Amino acid sequence: MLRLEARAEPSRAMIYLSPVFALGLTLVAGVVLFEIMGVPAGDALYAFFIEPLSSLYGLTELGVKATPLILIGVALAIGFRANVWNIGAEGQLTLGAIFGGGVGLLLYDVDSKWVLPAMLLAAMLGGMLWAAIPAFLRTRFNTSEILVSLMLTYVATLLLSYLVHGPWRDPDGFNFPESRMFHDAASLPIIFPDSRLHIGFALALFVVVAAWFVISRTLIGFQIQVIGRAPRAGAYAGFSHKKLIWMTLLFAGAAAGLAGVIEVSGPIGQLLPSISPGYGFTAIIVAFVGRLHPVGVLLASLLMALSYLGGENAQISLNLPLAVTGVFQGLLLFMLLACDVLIRYRIRIGPIVSKIDAGNTA
Amino acid sequence: MNFDLYLPTLLTIITAATPLVFAAMGELVTEKSGVLNLGVEGMMLTGAVTGFAAVVVTDSAILGCLAAMAAGMLTALIFAFLVLGLQASQVATGLALTLFGIGLSALLGQDMVGIAYAGLPKLQLPIVSDLPVLGPLLFHHDALVYLSFVLPAAVAWFLYRTRAGLILRAVGDSHDAAHAIGYPVIAIRYMATLFGGAMSGLAGAYLSLSYSTMWVENMSAGRGWIALALVVFATWRPWRVMFGAYLFGGITILQLYAQAFGIAVPSQFMTMLPYLATIVVLVVISRDESRIRQNAPACIGKPFHPSA
Repeated sequence: MLRLEARAEPSRAMIYLSPVFALGLTLVAGVVLFEIMGVPAGDALYAFFIEPLSSLYGLTELGVKATPLILIGVALAIGFRANVWNIGAEGQLTLGAIFGGGVGLLLYDVDSKWVLPAMLLAAMLGGMLWAAIPAFLRTRFNTSEILVSLMLTYVATLLLSYLVHGPWRDPDGFNFPESRMFHDAASLPIIFPDSRLHIGFALALFVVVAAWFVISRTLIGFQIQVIGRAPRAGAYAGFSHKKLIWMTLLFAGAAAGLAGVIEVSGPIGQLLPSISPGYGFTAIIVAFVGRLHPVGVLLASLLMALSYLGGENAQISLNLPLAVTGVFQGLLLFMLLACDVLIRYRIRIGPIVSKIDAGNTA
Repeated sequence: MNFDLYLPTLLTIITAATPLVFAAMGELVTEKSGVLNLGVEGMMLTGAVTGFAAVVVTDSAILGCLAAMAAGMLTALIFAFLVLGLQASQVATGLALTLFGIGLSALLGQDMVGIAYAGLPKLQLPIVSDLPVLGPLLFHHDALVYLSFVLPAAVAWFLYRTRAGLILRAVGDSHDAAHAIGYPVIAIRYMATLFGGAMSGLAGAYLSLSYSTMWVENMSAGRGWIALALVVFATWRPWRVMFGAYLFGGITILQLYAQAFGIAVPSQFMTMLPYLATIVVLVVISRDESRIRQNAPACIGKPFHPSA
């Protein structure tokens, strides 16, 4: 019989090996899934994970897709470390797109190098505003930030839908629910010729470095660790949990808002009713797979970006449904959570012995 | 008062409330055993698509509902294995279940989009269906609605009037004490989680087979999360869950009637109402921390390992 035996100490090796095991198991599950769907698994895996990376353009697209995931994933990871469960990043992203895109539309006739910075700033404020609601309700009324931030995601999506169907609809757009296209002054500069890779990717990499610095080299980072692992110890040390709830949520709001405006002023180029294939939710998976560490988040973001790219590619080349991407992402998180058991437990085969009890009483 | 005028409104409230009753009642039992399953939305969607597919293939409403329950239980089993068997974080695993369920249901349902279904058959009951006022209001529904009428009573009776219910609550309030007395904590939590999965699946079946009579990707539109909020709102009491579900049913259908009464509010703002209302009721309930602490199962969300 299989049973779990607690390790004396969490295994550091397993913390880093677990995502690798999880990816392996997910690929095995993917093979089974493709076989069930009647698609040769070799072809499907090639279309998903190799083909998108076999061209320079594919690599730049990987960066485009990874950018919002990096930005949000890093911020969520910091929040999760402090046990702040912001799962409404998708809504904060949408508000960022609304605020940033709104500034872009407001300054439609202005051709200045300050348009873009104004949009980015407005987007961060919009995201922070949306994240401030769960932060306020959690700290003031003890309301679950999980449910509030999630409910606000639906509200944000509806707000965007109203705007592009109504007041912000392109007057020359034949009644399609879309805003006007942003001008050059309101579009993100491309940093790699003949691609869509924009300056937002560089910004995301900067955020990774900044977040790493904050987590590992500042008092705030230390407080987040302590509060997350031992809230009472943190309280005795005089660390304010409320302050950390505010800070982590506002940071996540700003990052997600930035991701939102980067999407609309970069690859999309205008406001649409739907501006994200669920980046805010996928970033949750990214944060866990990346072990709540900025560098891990960067790697996990690239992996998840590949799953988006691969899904699109497999849809074109193998006629596979786009939903396979979502299944793959969900499976990966399941597998990761399962493999994480190895961090704190050993798996033993054989009957239960009372060694652990003896160890406890000794 | 002309009753016939209000009948359609009241009927719509019932149909909007029914999926919430199922999902929230299932989650209530799960949480009472000390397990917080945030995957309601995912289980609901999986149930909705599986139930719909089963009906399309077999043309049997009963098999559709059973298939939806089985699908909900299967996804709940994944969750239960991870959090109860492998000690994974309940919050993270619940989120994973929702994300997985959204993807899986979209994949399973891709061939189902666009198929219309006649809807679950309405069952006329002897005598009561012919009653004036109450007959057309309460007794001209499909079997799932009737089931949702009796479910709160059944759950309340089980939790507060049976020995098994007492044990389940004990496991949720103090797993160490329950374990020490000799109750199988993990097995009881497995069963409570599976019941939650079955009810979420049934909620999904109601959505695809009765409420919309078709499959649409992501059709639960946050109802799973609202069900979770309802359990908190009801402070873990079955009858209050029922009341809350009907309150939300009323809010959900406001949007349909605002236009009829000539209120010129964009539809998107009316659609926001249930989500905003969820936030408001959560604030009202949770601002009183002692009330939550008195009623919430004490061990909710906490892992249990017999050797620890």
